[in-house]
Amino acid sequence: MPENNRAVIKLKEKFAASIVEVAEFRGDVTVTVKKEDLLAVLSFLKQSLQYNLLTDVTAVDYLGKKADRFMMVYQLCSIPNKDRLRIKAAVSEGDCRVQSTTQVWATANWLEREVYDLFGISFDNHPDLRRILMTPEWEGHPLRKDYPLQGPDREPYKGRLS
Amino acid sequence: MGVDNPLGDNIITTSLDKLVNWSRKSSIWPMTFGLACCAIEMMVTGASHHDLDRFGIIFRASPRQSDCIIIAGTVTKKMLPVIQTVYEQMPEPKWVIAMGACACSGGIFDTYSVVQGIDEALPVDVYIPGCPPRPEALLYGIMKLQDKIMNEKNSFGSAIGFGDRIEPAAA
Repeated sequence: MPENNRAVIKLKEKFAASIVEVAEFRGDVTVTVKKEDLLAVLSFLKQSLQYNLLTDVTAVDYLGKKADRFMMVYQLCSIPNKDRLRIKAAVSEGDCRVQSTTQVWATANWLEREVYDLFGISFDNHPDLRRILMTPEWEGHPLRKDYPLQGPDREPYKGRLS
Repeated sequence: MGVDNPLGDNIITTSLDKLVNWSRKSSIWPMTFGLACCAIEMMVTGASHHDLDRFGIIFRASPRQSDCIIIAGTVTKKMLPVIQTVYEQMPEPKWVIAMGACACSGGIFDTYSVVQGIDEALPVDVYIPGCPPRPEALLYGIMKLQDKIMNEKNSFGSAIGFGDRIEPAAA
């Protein structure tokens, strides 16, 4: 049960107002929080609950499926306690920016650059927010659902004609 | 009667084209350059079992010493300028082999980030299909390139200022 997770208990004590949802699927606990408190929650998990490894930062595009288009996803791991935690936060298309976590985990630098490159979510206080996978002059963010798969300069594939 | 043969069997007569083309096809030095899984197959072809050395094919680590570039793998749009630079650094004469489905046509990667065939950027001499091609297929492609080199007419003569290169009729 997610209620028994040590991190969930602590987070409910300290950030009761900012938790949107707590879910568990096959042993993986996911906590969805409000975007405004994301940095505070993540710093607390690092500083007080020993989530010292940021495994991955990524995002999901829920175009046409949810009111807030994007969802930031942070995969955390605690090496001393041997457990994992997923933190999510919804980001709207109109205010497409999140606080950078580079001050908490240094590895967030490149991971956030990847999210910026492919989803176009920008990170406040990031030391070096440039594209990392696509070429510097690239236009658009390819992992957005409205980005054409074969690129904007090509006729889209319409299936086999024969 | 006939032509006197004072030196015995130690002399043969030939044309300049045949001599030059034979020496070129017998020492194709490809650029050490791989992009994806096709490069693994290319390395296998160079190793002892298939042994490219028996064709005089020795991979060179510098484009300045290479005659041939084997485009072995998926060419991304980000990688294309690098490949073009390497190709431009190679001295003439030079040949291009597109190895595998990705280098020929983009293969399964019909996406925004992949070049849909290296022939959009470089003049390809031999296309080798396969995903990836077996070493035998690469060897066959290289032998096709050797045939193509042997059919060149006056490419050396034109390079040193005698006449024009004669393009062979399309086969």
